[in-house]
Amino acid sequence: MITKTVIPLLCGLLFGAGLSISGMTDTRVVLGFLDISGAWDPSLMLVMVGALAITVPGFWLAQKRTQPILTSEFHLPASCKIESKPLLGSAIFGIGWGLYGYCPGPALASLTTLNWQPILFVAAMAAGVYLEKWVQMLKQQEPNRLPDKQGSTP
Amino acid sequence: MNTLLVPVIGGVLIGLSSLAMLALLGRITGISGIFAGVITAESGTWRWAFMVGLIGGPVLYHLLTSASAPLPSEAGWPLTVIAGLLVGFGTRYAGGCTSGHGVCGIGRLSQRSMAATATFMGAGMVTVYITRHLLGAG
Repeated sequence: MITKTVIPLLCGLLFGAGLSISGMTDTRVVLGFLDISGAWDPSLMLVMVGALAITVPGFWLAQKRTQPILTSEFHLPASCKIESKPLLGSAIFGIGWGLYGYCPGPALASLTTLNWQPILFVAAMAAGVYLEKWVQMLKQQEPNRLPDKQGSTP
Repeated sequence: MNTLLVPVIGGVLIGLSSLAMLALLGRITGISGIFAGVITAESGTWRWAFMVGLIGGPVLYHLLTSASAPLPSEAGWPLTVIAGLLVGFGTRYAGGCTSGHGVCGIGRLSQRSMAATATFMGAGMVTVYITRHLLGAG
């Protein structure tokens, strides 16, 4: 009960509040960061610095344990190697991000403004998720191609 | 408050949330993966709980501080749809987004995530350069 609902709920609240405080739910701030030849806004970089200052040492310490504190196993991505699939996906994601200024977290964290923009964006994002599932399914059905076994979903 | 300090504090909260998820529950906080799990009805109550928190967190923040939420993008609906599709498809194909690759993957010192993060930031910068400075929009 605590591990399945209370803790993830509290972590989600903290994450959503962090996104709001940092200004990442404002598409102008995000596009200002990506606009390196314009009036550059360092906010997003500072958010990354703050987050990584916690996760780099924290994850290292957490993973020294053989299991998490409250559950029986770590669920970690299988591969840490550089491959073409995550790079191609990231390039596609980056284009959408640069066109609009929302990545998944801020789009979801903006839903409760009840503006049509984040609602439509999240709906389109959901369609994109299903489209990707469909493409993966087609790829696996192709007989002369090895199925993709990278399977990492951080 | 200092305009440089505020984003750092926000980032620290995001980092603490991601650290608690890993240290306590053994989970990587990848928003695109959690979102995909929720909408495709994958098992895992924790994803639903996290999603409720993520959506509710900003409400709590705005209630407590009386700061107003930022105005939405001025882009029209076609661009909203196209960008949403690209972000949904791309993050799933990449196996992560700004949180999964950027905050958690780099947090684990994964080269795969570092390369992914450099790629989506680079692609975003090139896109903004083309739309703002070559095409003159926005």
